[in-house]
Amino acid sequence: MRLLSRKATCNTHGQDSSYFLGWEEYEKNPYDKVKNPNGIIQMGLAENQLSFDLLESWLAKNPDVSGFKRDGKSIFRELALFQDYHGLPLFKKALVDFMAEIRGNKVTFDPNHMVLTAGATSANETLMFCVAEEGDAFLLPTPYYPGFDRDLKWRTGVEIVPIQCTSSNNFRITESALEQAYQDARKRNLRVKGVLVTNPSNPLGTTLSRNEFDLLVDFIKDKETMHLISDEIYSGTVFSSPSFVSVMEILKEMTPNDAAKIWNRVHVVYSLSKDLGLPGFRVGAIYSENDAVVAAATKMSSFGLVSSQTQYLLAAMLSDNKFTKKYISENQKRLRRRQRMLVTGLQKAGIKCLKSNAGLFCWVDMRHLLCSNTFEAEMELWKKIVYQVGLNISPGSSCHCSEPGWFRVCFANMSQDTLNVAMKRVKNFVTDSTGAECGSSSACFTKSFSNWVFRLSSRDHRAPEER
Amino acid sequence: MVGLSSKSYELLSKIATNEKHGENSPYFDGWKAYDRDPYHPTRNPQGVIQMGLAENQLCFDLIEEWLKKNPKASICTPEGLHQFRDIANFQDYHGLPQFTSAVAKFMSKVRGGRVKFDPNRILMSGGATGANELIMFCLADPGDAFLVPTPYYAAYPRDLCWRTGLRLIPVHCDSSNNFKITREALESSYKKAKDDNINVKGLIITNPSNPLGTSLDRDTLKSLVNFTNDNNIHLVCDEIYSATVFDSPRFVSVAEIIEEMDDSSCKKELIHIVYSLSKDMGFPGFRVGIVYSYNDIVVNCGRKMSSFGLVSSQTQHMLAAMLSDDEFVDNFLKESSRRLAKRHEYFSKGLEEVNIKRFPSNAGLFYWMNLSSLLKEQSFEAEMALWRVIINEVKLNVSPGSSFNCLEPGWFRVCFANMDDETVEVALNRIRAFVIGKEKTTKNNNRAKKNNNVVEVKKRWQQNLRLSFSSSRLLDHHETVMSPHILSPHSPIPASSPLVQAT
Repeated sequence: MRLLSRKATCNTHGQDSSYFLGWEEYEKNPYDKVKNPNGIIQMGLAENQLSFDLLESWLAKNPDVSGFKRDGKSIFRELALFQDYHGLPLFKKALVDFMAEIRGNKVTFDPNHMVLTAGATSANETLMFCVAEEGDAFLLPTPYYPGFDRDLKWRTGVEIVPIQCTSSNNFRITESALEQAYQDARKRNLRVKGVLVTNPSNPLGTTLSRNEFDLLVDFIKDKETMHLISDEIYSGTVFSSPSFVSVMEILKEMTPNDAAKIWNRVHVVYSLSKDLGLPGFRVGAIYSENDAVVAAATKMSSFGLVSSQTQYLLAAMLSDNKFTKKYISENQKRLRRRQRMLVTGLQKAGIKCLKSNAGLFCWVDMRHLLCSNTFEAEMELWKKIVYQVGLNISPGSSCHCSEPGWFRVCFANMSQDTLNVAMKRVKNFVTDSTGAECGSSSACFTKSFSNWVFRLSSRDHRAPEER
Repeated sequence: MVGLSSKSYELLSKIATNEKHGENSPYFDGWKAYDRDPYHPTRNPQGVIQMGLAENQLCFDLIEEWLKKNPKASICTPEGLHQFRDIANFQDYHGLPQFTSAVAKFMSKVRGGRVKFDPNRILMSGGATGANELIMFCLADPGDAFLVPTPYYAAYPRDLCWRTGLRLIPVHCDSSNNFKITREALESSYKKAKDDNINVKGLIITNPSNPLGTSLDRDTLKSLVNFTNDNNIHLVCDEIYSATVFDSPRFVSVAEIIEEMDDSSCKKELIHIVYSLSKDMGFPGFRVGIVYSYNDIVVNCGRKMSSFGLVSSQTQHMLAAMLSDDEFVDNFLKESSRRLAKRHEYFSKGLEEVNIKRFPSNAGLFYWMNLSSLLKEQSFEAEMALWRVIINEVKLNVSPGSSFNCLEPGWFRVCFANMDDETVEVALNRIRAFVIGKEKTTKNNNRAKKNNNVVEVKKRWQQNLRLSFSSSRLLDHHETVMSPHILSPHSPIPASSPLVQAT
């Protein structure tokens, strides 16, 4: 008899993938300006570290919150005891208002339709448990966040079938790709329960176009048991046009007839990990107009509630409208500046990025640096970049990209100085490697690489959570 | 799920639309009465007193005092603000090293320093609720089963089975031998399961027990280790109440048994501990659940799964500081025990006065009361009827034994650590008056003769309470019985709470 569960012994969690392997190298040799200037610079981590000062200065001005006090009276006891899975009403109200503000107040959200969860990781898994059976499938456009393999599939038994997007049209979702994915699922005898999109996209850094929305809506409209899940975790990181359009806005704009067909099958996932840069606080949310989904997800949230002290802190912060307005605009400004730096820096090295208007990363085109148009060549290039250039970036294959040569490079999790150092290294690498031999050492590379992968995948990585 | 359209059943998953979350069980029904009519000493003195909630509210003053003296423990105070960004950014599923170390040390202190815990084996989860589900996902596949001694925590079906697809096989324990978990009972349930082709993956126990309020003796615990070892199945010990032991015998953890047995006689890799700070420290809101496993693969896989319910880094940081303060912890554990013992004793005396049989306990935040003498007949229907009277007329929310899967009718769990002294007094008054009133209406002469002092007591208390009990009311109550609903089983915020006031 098997001692442990199948889930415990399979690798559906996906954490043996190359996406996480780069961590090991970074952890062994992390860059430090003073202590380790030749170390590896972390550019595989989609964190927003640009605006902590704004949060810190708000906290300095609001001492009551930190002291567990409300109007001078201690509320520690109430908070310590508060485990109601409906969440702190003040916090949910503040959160929905914040979400509305990010969407230019073009839509509003009802706190009673929101479910709090321990991060978007938990929100996505919970939604799967609510709308799909083991063995059902969800369609996801590629490339997509590597963590989805764990979040959507691992313990739920749900399958992901890719909607293959390509650089030929800037990775936009097309009708034929959607249809193809649907047919692929059918061929595998999988019942498709819906489509999940990340908007703005990770790893592309682009927002969904209205044309893509039309396609998605048309796709699910008449398939009555199909859902559309929109993971809008990066909604507050849209720093240039086109402005962010939420799926909720699309719903609002639809004719009553059309809206009636799908309003109870559209769900939004959100989190404060990217927009506010607070991944440690584990604040995720599911928003749905479908009461049955809300009811079921609320019960399930028992398995991962948000700490009451965190709810309380953020309720106070997000209720301060003056603060949130300033924060949202300043944060976006800083992201825009930083993205420009990365794009320009890469340009100087002859490297192009996909044109992006959101996110904490760029989708970088290094196809011209590949020895051959293969994923093996992509892995070789990635290894060079990690070891020789000293940058931990994420290879497109780990994001299930259909074409080799694309990499996700993050820009918001380091200081400006460090980004400059990284850009210099890239420029030097490209200059040095122009004319360098390809292929002759690839056999050696491949062997040592596969040994390395084998060695790494059998150990427990100190792999932080990230997107 | 009541109220779902047929469309919902097509649109949502089976898990989302079945009843296996168990929230329509009577255990949660009592909440509605409380929610509608919560007791308050001045604003609503006739309201329902919450005695169905196993919370520990006795030691907040100690914690508040510590927090005042240790502003650095918060990342929001001027003293702690410099740590804000690093903590807010920290989402490593290994947890803050200072947090896991502090928890390991705390767990060791709770066990009198007799065992040491390795911080690297500590996994975080969303409360013990999340921990129990997580360990099941690691150990068993859908359709597999776990043995569980009755009576057991009412939410186990949700936590262990709902999304995991597992099933629970009860191991029969009853009052004939003080609910002892015997080898015979274990073997019998195990054999029957195997005969029915059910794949039993392990045994889960709660020690100290909820709802019994007792800690397992060393011999029984050892026999459980042997039983599971012999059959090569897992042993999960939920030790969530470990620091609520206030009387002898002292708490014996499965960790101690493991230390005593040498490696050749004990298959450590089959043993796992679930823990939480919700009961011992009174922090259910902070969602600190822990899985501690002696199995390396479980630690590895469980750590990845903990992504679904990590402890907020803000909370980790605060508790790391608090639980590393040896002086504070030593004093807290001692004082908490003392206050629980005192409250337990006071409550005991009150129940004794009206001859309510209760299970002798040395731990936990509740009493396991036997009210079978007050049942119209020895059946679960009668138990439910009595329970509805207790809620609607006596105005106490207690938990009926059937919701804990108790095999004998008439047992009730009543919590005593989630209120102040005055409220305890009011609750006891109501219980006394009810018992006396009930006894008055029974035609059992023996009972009437037995308790002469009861009549005395009645004279004292009766004028304070409106109490009526007649069998006709029973029928009324049955008709107005709370229908299954979708309300939170967790402590709702009273309207007067500062948490609901607008900023």
